[in-house]
Amino acid sequence: MINLEHVGKTFPGQAAPAVGDLSLEVLEGEIAVLIGPSGCGKSTTLRMINRLIEPSSGRITVAGKDVAEQKPHELRLAIGYVIQQVGLFPHRTIARNIATVPELLGWDRARISTRVEELMELVGLEGELAGRYPAELSGGQQQRVGVARALAADPPVLLMDEPFGAVDPIVRLRLQEELLNLQRRLHKTIVFVTHDIDEAIRLGDRMAVLNVGGVLEQYAPPVDVLAAPSGPFVLEFLGADRGLKRLALIPVSAAELEPGPAVEQSASIAHARAMMARDRVDWVAVLDDGRVRGWITAASLDGQERLDQIEPTPFAVTVHPSDSLRHALDALVSSPTQVVIVVDADDRYLGLLDVARIGKGLET
Amino acid sequence: MSALVASQPLIRWSWIGDHLGEIRTALVQHLELTFVAVGVGLVLSAVLAAVAIRFRITYQPINAVTGIMYAIPSLALFILLTPITGLTKLTAEIALVSYTLQILFRSIVAGIDSVPASVRESAQAMGYTRWQQRWRVEIPLALPVMVSGLRIATVTTVGLVPISGILGSDQGGLGTFIFDGLNRGFNTPIFVGATFTVLLAVALDVLLVRTQRLLTPWTRRVRAT
Amino acid sequence: MSALHQLFVWFNDPANWQGGNGVPERVLQHLWLWAWSMAIAGVIGVTGGLLLGRSRRSGTVTINVANIGRAIPSFAVIVIGVIWLGLGNTPVVIALVLLAVPPIFTFAFTGVREVDPATVESARGMGMTEARILRSVQVPLAMPLILNGIRLSSAAVLATAPLAALVGSGGLGRYVIDGFAIRDYAEVGAGVTLVVALVVVNELLFAWLARLTSPGKRRRPRVSGAFARMTPG
Repeated sequence: MINLEHVGKTFPGQAAPAVGDLSLEVLEGEIAVLIGPSGCGKSTTLRMINRLIEPSSGRITVAGKDVAEQKPHELRLAIGYVIQQVGLFPHRTIARNIATVPELLGWDRARISTRVEELMELVGLEGELAGRYPAELSGGQQQRVGVARALAADPPVLLMDEPFGAVDPIVRLRLQEELLNLQRRLHKTIVFVTHDIDEAIRLGDRMAVLNVGGVLEQYAPPVDVLAAPSGPFVLEFLGADRGLKRLALIPVSAAELEPGPAVEQSASIAHARAMMARDRVDWVAVLDDGRVRGWITAASLDGQERLDQIEPTPFAVTVHPSDSLRHALDALVSSPTQVVIVVDADDRYLGLLDVARIGKGLET
Repeated sequence: MSALVASQPLIRWSWIGDHLGEIRTALVQHLELTFVAVGVGLVLSAVLAAVAIRFRITYQPINAVTGIMYAIPSLALFILLTPITGLTKLTAEIALVSYTLQILFRSIVAGIDSVPASVRESAQAMGYTRWQQRWRVEIPLALPVMVSGLRIATVTTVGLVPISGILGSDQGGLGTFIFDGLNRGFNTPIFVGATFTVLLAVALDVLLVRTQRLLTPWTRRVRAT
Repeated sequence: MSALHQLFVWFNDPANWQGGNGVPERVLQHLWLWAWSMAIAGVIGVTGGLLLGRSRRSGTVTINVANIGRAIPSFAVIVIGVIWLGLGNTPVVIALVLLAVPPIFTFAFTGVREVDPATVESARGMGMTEARILRSVQVPLAMPLILNGIRLSSAAVLATAPLAALVGSGGLGRYVIDGFAIRDYAEVGAGVTLVVALVVVNELLFAWLARLTSPGKRRRPRVSGAFARMTPG
């Protein structure tokens, strides 16, 4: 969809090029994240796609057409653009801000008005904000308007430059989630610039790690970059907790569960003791027709006749197959039993994980 | 120009009633001189501003030159032009225009500069042509600053018009009364000329403020925190 | 250019440097008007601006009042003053004060408002009295703006004082009026040149003062020693 062929940019008066020789392809419908330290040329590269900056060398094509052959403003009408400071027009209402490109394209009033309503709902803005001015909105709301404005004319391509950098972390997380939801529905081709590695991992279908001067160190899905960094630069850039970051991307379902010591409450005390002996632990999980009730210790078995008379302690945390291994590890670390119980949506016992098995999950 | 203005009833109100027609004429002339001066000044300043914005290096020189024109006492400028353009309205207009230049020039440039970079970038990225960016985004947003400069220029001009009365008895708008009174030692016309000038200045100032508020509704709405 | 030559000849004539109509005398008269106006306007403008700027209330109302002051034409005020007080310097000084107060007031007001409230808060927390805070914290920090307002007023007063000659007073305006009366444009030009020269000196003086009170970058003026010693880092 977007093809950068040997693209380079040197700014006048500067010795070193901002971008030396970059070749990259972004496939249709994917989110490509550009990430790297300052000076790596990620923002410059982004701006060359919609010609806010003209490349010094190389060729860029969008949907097969060379961007240099189109009139800049026409090119930009078909590309959505979102920046960190948003840049909403202060002298226009929210509705008119969103309607910017449709108006330029000459849509009729009714069509524009419907579209604005649609988009405000899509990005989660209450309808009554339409008549307000940007100065009346919060940072998070303004950013949503920015996204709506970029999507207004339904462009196939979206360029985003650290759009969530200026909001607080909680809002940022929410906006990232919503972007992913949006993408599931709209399947745009998105080029996203960020310096936040966690954001890149969370959002990117593929991640381009750039070194100073626009040198492409690695371009691959985040899971693969984390598993196999291409060199010392990427390794160092990913940071010390690379393993934990990878765990965050792998679901529990990818790991092999251990059956674990679990008994139905209708079973006998002797059976419970046998399970404990088999697994060499001093506790068992108690189930009620497959559903987890909690756990009991060996000591609590003494002097008891039936299992179902003992009150089990509920598990503090259980995880589901769709949760990440990182979440499982977190639960495990705070559990006195040093394992984490895995259940399905109906609380049915599926098995358990210990550190070793979580580690093995990384190897998939 | 002798003048002794102390030993009589302060204001002869009947005189005012008798001369309403002349007062009206003078007022009209005053307004005419003001609007022409500010209008021409605005056009010239817009051109200068366009140049200064395109070629930043010219800003300081233009600022300095228009500044010097402003520093020359009005009285002197009116007088110095007489060998060239005579004791005419043109002389008055040339001088009045040159007084508006610096403030209008600076406020037009400042207005355009006050548009945030992110807004400018967005306008470009949305797909506006250069012309559309200038007229649909930058200029509307520059209005508050530009109009505030316009206010100062207008009010200053209203105050300078009377001084052009030095050029002759048919000049100076309301200033004719002032000079007439000073020459004859007669308080009432001085009072009329001066007071109406002040009222006119204040009235135009208020009018321009209202107009600016009407043109820029977004400046008043801010986030309730 | 003959006009320039005539001007040069005028300045070269020793007669123009002596006596009641000589350059030194006229310049002094002009500066006398300037000094009185600036002194009074300075006191009113700076005090008013600082005090009103400190208080948390009165925002736009005060600025609007100050702005109306700017709308009042000096010549009109002078002549009204003449009606009430007769000829002389007083009406001129009153008009010049009215002209000079708004910029001084507005800049002092804004200057003190722009001081970071956190700085004032911490000074208060350290136990400084309000007077001390004003003197050692707010005024030094607002100084660039205060000086700017005074500079603008000063230039305006210098350029407007020639109007005094229209109502019989002295100053450099006399060269303009008297010169015009006898069509001696060299004399008129001399008056203008001297006024412009004073305005230029004004600009240079204030540029120097500005550099004195804010070494290095703008908006980082040297705060009074006591305060600087008290703040960490």
